[in-house]
Amino acid sequence: MVHVKTTINGQPAEFLVPAYLSLLDTIREVVGLTGAKEGCLDGNCGACTVILNGRIVDSCLVLGAEANGGEITTVEGLATPDALHPLQQAFLEEAALQCGICTPGFLVSAAALLKREPKANEQRIRHWLAGNLCRCTGYDKIVRAVIKAEDMSSQLSKSKAKVAAKPTAKSSASPKASSVRSSGRSGSGRK
Amino acid sequence: MVATFEPKKTYKVIGTRPIRHDGYDKVTGRALYGADLKLPGQVWGAVLRSPYAHANITRMDTSEAEKYPGVLAVVTAKDMPKAESKMVDLGEGTVNEKHEVDRIMASDKIVFRGQPVAAVAAVDRNTAEEAVKLIRVEYQPLQPVLTVEEAMAKGAPIILPDLVGDDLGEKVKKTNMAKHFRHEFGDVEKGFSQAKHIVERTFKMSMTHQGYIEPHNAVAMWDEDNRLRIWTGTQGAFAVRKQMAGILKLDESRVKVTPMEIGGGFGGKIPVYLEPIAALLSKKCRRPVKLVMERKAVFESTGPAPGGTLRVKVGVDASGKITAAASDMKLEAGGFPGSAVGAAAMCIYSPYNIPNTTIDGWDIVVNKPKSAPYRAPGAPQAHFAMESVIDELCEKGGWDPIDFRLKNSAKEGTRRGDGVKFGSIGNVDVLKAASRSPHWKSVLNKDTTDGKKRGRGIASGYWFNIGLKSAVTLSANNDGTVSLVEGSTDIGGSRASIAMQAAEVLGIPALDVRPTVADTEGVAYNDVTGGSRTTYATGFAAYEAAIKMVEELKARAARIWNQDPSDILFKDGVFSAKKDSELRLNFKELSKKLGETGGPVTVTGSVDLSTGGGAYGAHIVDVEVDTETGKVEILRYTIVQDVGKAIHPSYVEGQMQGGVVQGIGWALNEEYFMTKEGTMANSSFLDYRMPTTLDLPKIETVIVEVFNPGHPFGVRGVGEVPIAPPIAAIGNALHDALGVRLVETPFKPGRIMEALEAQSKAAAVKPKR
Repeated sequence: MVHVKTTINGQPAEFLVPAYLSLLDTIREVVGLTGAKEGCLDGNCGACTVILNGRIVDSCLVLGAEANGGEITTVEGLATPDALHPLQQAFLEEAALQCGICTPGFLVSAAALLKREPKANEQRIRHWLAGNLCRCTGYDKIVRAVIKAEDMSSQLSKSKAKVAAKPTAKSSASPKASSVRSSGRSGSGRK
Repeated sequence: MVATFEPKKTYKVIGTRPIRHDGYDKVTGRALYGADLKLPGQVWGAVLRSPYAHANITRMDTSEAEKYPGVLAVVTAKDMPKAESKMVDLGEGTVNEKHEVDRIMASDKIVFRGQPVAAVAAVDRNTAEEAVKLIRVEYQPLQPVLTVEEAMAKGAPIILPDLVGDDLGEKVKKTNMAKHFRHEFGDVEKGFSQAKHIVERTFKMSMTHQGYIEPHNAVAMWDEDNRLRIWTGTQGAFAVRKQMAGILKLDESRVKVTPMEIGGGFGGKIPVYLEPIAALLSKKCRRPVKLVMERKAVFESTGPAPGGTLRVKVGVDASGKITAAASDMKLEAGGFPGSAVGAAAMCIYSPYNIPNTTIDGWDIVVNKPKSAPYRAPGAPQAHFAMESVIDELCEKGGWDPIDFRLKNSAKEGTRRGDGVKFGSIGNVDVLKAASRSPHWKSVLNKDTTDGKKRGRGIASGYWFNIGLKSAVTLSANNDGTVSLVEGSTDIGGSRASIAMQAAEVLGIPALDVRPTVADTEGVAYNDVTGGSRTTYATGFAAYEAAIKMVEELKARAARIWNQDPSDILFKDGVFSAKKDSELRLNFKELSKKLGETGGPVTVTGSVDLSTGGGAYGAHIVDVEVDTETGKVEILRYTIVQDVGKAIHPSYVEGQMQGGVVQGIGWALNEEYFMTKEGTMANSSFLDYRMPTTLDLPKIETVIVEVFNPGHPFGVRGVGEVPIAPPIAAIGNALHDALGVRLVETPFKPGRIMEALEAQSKAAAVKPKR
């Protein structure tokens, strides 16, 4: 058993995990959050995507022990008690889900993109999301929803900026967040 | 059901795009899918599967696994109730009972790689997976039979010794042919003699998988009172109940099935796989046992769509009228009988009016996983063959492909290839809408500077759609909302499309009807979510229930107002008294006053619909081919489809787009790549290459609404039609781009390069003649 102290969706968490247990099974079986899904267990479908220390990972390819001292965001951590994440709202409005099994992975991946590149264009969004498989929608409405969420986010930050005397938004999230992606994840660059 | 309906001009709820009722749970990670369930005392199971595609089991020893610490139960086929080789109905037509039980767990013979042979329950998943490896099985490997040609060859190894084939009504023993049927109309010989142009082609197709992202899963609890509870991701809780009762020899009422949220199915989650195994393990250890299938096993041992060989011959006279068509379709059933060849025969000629036709269909057993329904089962294969031949004929005769299809279009009263006469269909409307579409009117720019070649293709497709049984319960709440209980698994937004139909009748907002998908004890019988029947049939049941609720509420209003019930009017969501214009209450206001009018208001609607309203699509696609690598890019794709009436247009578009993208994968990349030994060599999402965001453009949709008189709102099935035309449409576009006719799927780069090489060799040879 490995002793793990970590932060999940902003809350401190401490537990023991078998050394072999994946981060996905750790989150699902030990922590008890089942938003991240098992689709393939070999890093090809993206249904288990979570953010670990600022970068998106297929949690089935990471060990639970590797979360020690880290910060994890799952789909359960995207909304605040008062409001959905703009992506969640946009997915609902644009009907960007059918069966919903891939939705948590898409939302988490897209949330990482929006944090890093708030105005990514369609091609960039398609490239970023290529590591997440969806078999129901044909992706059309997912891509449209991400574009809509970008608009909603920029409206939101504009209105926040008006309300607050000084800007409260952090300049560019964590430095780790900007060193991510493309090579950082199996399946993402396949074509 | 003989009632026919007329279209209404305006609707308040239908045709709008509300947020789906289950949406919030699904974007927050709160929705519970089968694998998310964790019951008190729950343990994990693991399944041992055959490494051979064709073998006899000679010996099995489970003793080491039984001794492994943490193991609670081990089961093999010996633990299954004794099954006889006889035909039984398990809800999906009649099947051989022994075959069905052997499919779940092999007793003596292996007929496909990945077939289960034993299973273990243990304290956790890891322990179960370790323990299952300790089971020793000895096999006598046999020669695998992997294609329909091999299976039908003289002296072929016989896969199922007890199979009795049906060759045009005659019983055949020692065969791999489960069935051969024929549909014959008119005089085909005479028809071909009248033809000016005849094209005959043979097409080959590989198996493909539904590719749902959620693997199969099941939790079972078999208690001391011989009651079995199942929680599973399924397309039909009642279908699971029926299969479980049949396989395990229990009364249906002993089995309670709770359908969890389902992560895709496309037909593949109608048969049971893990449920009986989880049940047997639970019976042995009396704990809830959970099984989740690994992705490799999903590919190797759950239902793909059949591959096979299809031959189509079509003749056209000088005026461009089709005079005759003949076809042979030999489809791979997999290790046990039951491919989709019957449905393929219903679809193959369906866009056309052809006076003289024959169809020969063969259902062939091969050493591959038992095929299962996959979105319009049989239609993509049939249309690929037929629409490719039609495209070639249009080219020969110089006819515009839409004009040709309009000239030969099937209409109301036309006889389908299997003899059924069409009712109201929208084939002509779809073709006309396609010809008016911006895509068809645009000119494809074929000038490329990088040596890439572009082409445009079009193809038609059809699916008959089914009706069957559904039941819905509505209960009025005193805050003006209505609870709706249904038994149709919601696989893509059907809670919304069903609730909206009740809301339309009741005159309340869509979100004031709160839908719940119940277990098999919470609602009356419902057939599976499949056949594009759910919005149509369960929506119809919701409509019926809502009509009854209005009647009941009229009676309650009459009581409150001291009026005769026949004097109460209901219009635009408002109840009023005919004889006193002061007396008016809308649905919400009346709901608040129900407390003292005679008990809770609850009603049911129940339907059994013989047909579903068949529907057509026409697809237009532009492709670009890199002639140096053979890679194909989809530049533009437009779907034109008759949906009857779009209840929630966003989810209708989503069905159309999703079906097409599965079809694009089928056309360009997806296949069961089999080794000589019968092993699927690409059994992962890395190598079984489904389309990603990067492979696709936006998918344009044109919704055509030709009212279906068999449904109160004119609904036709939507989900399956869109996968019927894409393979042919893309094949036709590739022909336009390259001048080669591709007759084998998938159109992968290597195959395109081979076709181009053959083309250039032929061109080099010709001038010498």
